[in-house]
Amino acid sequence: MQREQLINATTLLALLAVPLWAWYVDEPFTITLATKVAIFALAGVGLNLALGLGGLVSFGHAAFFGIGGYAMGILASHAQTYTPLASWPFLLEGTKSMPVIWLVAMVMSGLAALAVGALSLRTTGVYFIMITLAFGQMFFYFAISWPAYGGEDGLSIYVRNGFPGLNTLDPIQFFMLCYVLLAVVLFFFARLAKSPFGMALNAARQNDERVQTVGITPYRLRLVAFVISGAVTGLAGALFADLNRFVSPTMLSWQTSGEIMVFIILGGVGRLYGPVIGAGLFIMLEHFLGGLSEFWHVYLGVLLLLVVLFARGGLIGLLAGKEVAHD
Amino acid sequence: MNLLQLSHISAFYGQSQALFDVHLKLKAGEVLALMGRNGMGKSTTVKVICRMLKHRGGTLSFDGQNIADLPSYKVARAGIGLVPEGRRCFPNLTVLENLVASARPGNWDGAKVNELFPRLAERKNQMAASLSGGEQQMLAIGRALMTNPRLLILDEATEGLAPVVRQEIWAAIAQLKQESGMAILVIDKSLKELATVADRAVILEKGRSVWAGEFAALSPEITDRYLGV
Repeated sequence: MQREQLINATTLLALLAVPLWAWYVDEPFTITLATKVAIFALAGVGLNLALGLGGLVSFGHAAFFGIGGYAMGILASHAQTYTPLASWPFLLEGTKSMPVIWLVAMVMSGLAALAVGALSLRTTGVYFIMITLAFGQMFFYFAISWPAYGGEDGLSIYVRNGFPGLNTLDPIQFFMLCYVLLAVVLFFFARLAKSPFGMALNAARQNDERVQTVGITPYRLRLVAFVISGAVTGLAGALFADLNRFVSPTMLSWQTSGEIMVFIILGGVGRLYGPVIGAGLFIMLEHFLGGLSEFWHVYLGVLLLLVVLFARGGLIGLLAGKEVAHD
Repeated sequence: MNLLQLSHISAFYGQSQALFDVHLKLKAGEVLALMGRNGMGKSTTVKVICRMLKHRGGTLSFDGQNIADLPSYKVARAGIGLVPEGRRCFPNLTVLENLVASARPGNWDGAKVNELFPRLAERKNQMAASLSGGEQQMLAIGRALMTNPRLLILDEATEGLAPVVRQEIWAAIAQLKQESGMAILVIDKSLKELATVADRAVILEKGRSVWAGEFAALSPEITDRYLGV
């Protein structure tokens, strides 16, 4: 087993062991923190497909995170007030079923990613960063000025949505749900990275012109990656909103895009488990340093600087070496 | 019928004209040597064929189809495989991944490429960036073959390689000519090796095609005048 694979396995086991221990000693707050790590890691893994494998520095992924959150909020709020979403041309009701909400969240954020990607992927470099940022802020201001769903104040959900056979209000059961989803997405992305699609996407990141001479269309590849990435980030958004039983425009702000990117950079850009380690570290710093000082972001900034300057492959790169693991 | 035909091709880099009047014909199964001193327009001609550079004048057709308005990836899908100057494999992919990423349906697959270059099979899980120059060249050829081309373009395929490796590459090109029947456009400075594979030759001088004919008809006067050898 390569060192990176060992680190990946340890990370996944640690993320499972900590909340199980917390459950055993009855520390529900720690379970909630671990759930937050799993959800942020999921968002990071989603962005990492576009950023790490595709080389697409998207500063608008918070939009997909927020769309996933609002998909949950809107469906659940209509279900709890027994008012339909629409009555024409057909009756459309809200739902408290998590699988349905996840599906809607992924479809809606995937469609938004398709529209954003179709336009922004025609640009590259700093223009791509700016256009995705602009789209993200567009969605953010739309959410602020949407009074039907709380506007700036956001939208509260009284009871967490349900999953067949589980009590989702029990922190450990909700954590397990998020953990399994993260593990499934990690497995799927590991397969995707090794598929001809993943290899071509990686090749397009390395040399755009050269992939065209072997008959590959970089634009189409990147658009598919961007849509999958947006859909997974949307799923994380739906889970995050369910965790807090609250959704607000903050989820769509550019700071959220930046935070998701920070998870990836801390853990290692292009490393499958980079966002998992990054999200874990971020939440730990937020929890422990946040308790010491309200200016904890300063320490995070210093850490980020150190990682960027001295550990280009993030923490995984630092521990496992420069090369990305290959079987 | 000609598989590839270029007539009166002119091309520019910005305001600077690089090709003035290039003519070139290549039949299916034929090996054509594109020759000329440095800076005469050989690689620019290849860029025009692969649509990495748009020409301004003249006509360009492949298998009877006008390819002048096609983007690079469609030219590759039409059946033109390029082994670029300087190899340029995808450095952060393994040998196997480089091949799989380029694969298109057809006769050529990983097993056939490994048969042609057994060294690639030994290095299949090694990063392309960590290969020797010769192995990278083999990978670049293998990658182009994986697209199942009808025309293979080799731009300076043996430049900067050790003599032993050069022999391996030339042997592979000869094998491709004999067994695959694909057309090959080869750019190289080594007349001796070109003579073993090339059927015809075209010489470029200052962006113009100044000589075309059977390779065997290349006289010392012509090579001395246009190639300086």
